[in-house]
Amino acid sequence: MKLKDLVDQAGFEVVTLPDAEAEVQNAYSSDLLSDVMGHCPENSILITVQNHKNTVAVSTLVEAKAILIVHNRTIPDDMLALAQQEGVALLRTACDQFTISCKIGVLLDIDT
Amino acid sequence: MNEKLNKEILSKASISKKVDHGTEPLVLVEMIQRLKVRDVMTTTLATVERAAPLSDVQALMKAKQISGVPVEEGGRFLGLVTINDIIRALEGGYIDETCQKHMSTKLVVLEDDMPLSFALRYFEKYHFGRFPVINREQKLVGIICQRDINRALLLELTNELNRLESESSHYKVPEGPFNLYVLREFPVSKFDFENAGKAANKVKQLLKEKKFPAKIIRRIAVAAYELEINLCVHSDGGSLSWQLSNGRAEIIAHDSGPGIADVEWALKDGNSTASEWIRSFGFGAGMGLVNVKRVSDEFEIESTVGLGTRVKAVIYINPDAKR
Repeated sequence: MKLKDLVDQAGFEVVTLPDAEAEVQNAYSSDLLSDVMGHCPENSILITVQNHKNTVAVSTLVEAKAILIVHNRTIPDDMLALAQQEGVALLRTACDQFTISCKIGVLLDIDT
Repeated sequence: MNEKLNKEILSKASISKKVDHGTEPLVLVEMIQRLKVRDVMTTTLATVERAAPLSDVQALMKAKQISGVPVEEGGRFLGLVTINDIIRALEGGYIDETCQKHMSTKLVVLEDDMPLSFALRYFEKYHFGRFPVINREQKLVGIICQRDINRALLLELTNELNRLESESSHYKVPEGPFNLYVLREFPVSKFDFENAGKAANKVKQLLKEKKFPAKIIRRIAVAAYELEINLCVHSDGGSLSWQLSNGRAEIIAHDSGPGIADVEWALKDGNSTASEWIRSFGFGAGMGLVNVKRVSDEFEIESTVGLGTRVKAVIYINPDAKR
């Protein structure tokens, strides 16, 4: 699914969207960056509470296309700057991690 | 020189660390601790006997261009006549009297198995031009002066340079996509989350430019990032170096403390000594070393409490890279 379609259908707030046409196939939900590094599949949207620039660094390493920050947590300026530099999308939602993960799972038609 | 050969050796000397008497390049500090007084001292000695007149010593000093002559009989070290003794004798008009009468007998001596660093401290402390060197049996075996030290250090530095050069030529490999040679080193400071990940990202960018397979890039980047974060979270500061050669990627994290008390425990999934503050950043879950091990083809860890830790992770870029 194209990132822009996922954003539209799920109703995320766009903080930065460097590549709206990026293809998103997977999703991963975690707040432990080592866990993300170890297990997050490629071309994912990462669902997390970790609103700081290290999350961007890790996402770049695992080739995640977008980071979704839950509970509408504030995005610091340096995180936004790094995301723009690295070409990773930054999105926000008011939902909690579990609820939005279920919703994304349905939208991406991920087998459970 | 092969243009593809991208070689950048960050000399050890540029990573200096504080030692008790000022800031010195690390490579020199190691050298003066490794070298012993016996490696540096002059062993072909011009000596005189007690009965010799001071004028003999004066002639010897002139002929050999030295400023101190030991007085020795049958291997027994009895005293030292220095150039100051000779000047005093000339002034006092007793240059024809014996060494026994005028030699210095209250002497500071060095032992031959002391490290050179010890000798340097003595030169600083006593302002003597030279020190006689004795062995365990109290026998005179040599004499050491500042000039000997300069010569030995220059020689040793030349050897070190030759060693580094031959090491780098050893890594010259035939052209090919996986045969580029890179060696880089990045310093990592304690709790510097601002810069953590930079080294890993540089590795990744370079590998991407060179069109390495995505899966390989990810494994190398994960190992580099986890080790970098470990240095940042747990060590007192250290360095991350990585090297690509002969189809292997080697990542080495090295720090100077505090060391891991129980390496086996630290290697178990979920075990960590990280503070709550670190954990709130999403680090310190006890998965870092486990991740490194999982993505590596070879993994080594050595740690000593109080001294530091060295972790080496190797990832084979082409299947023949196994050594």
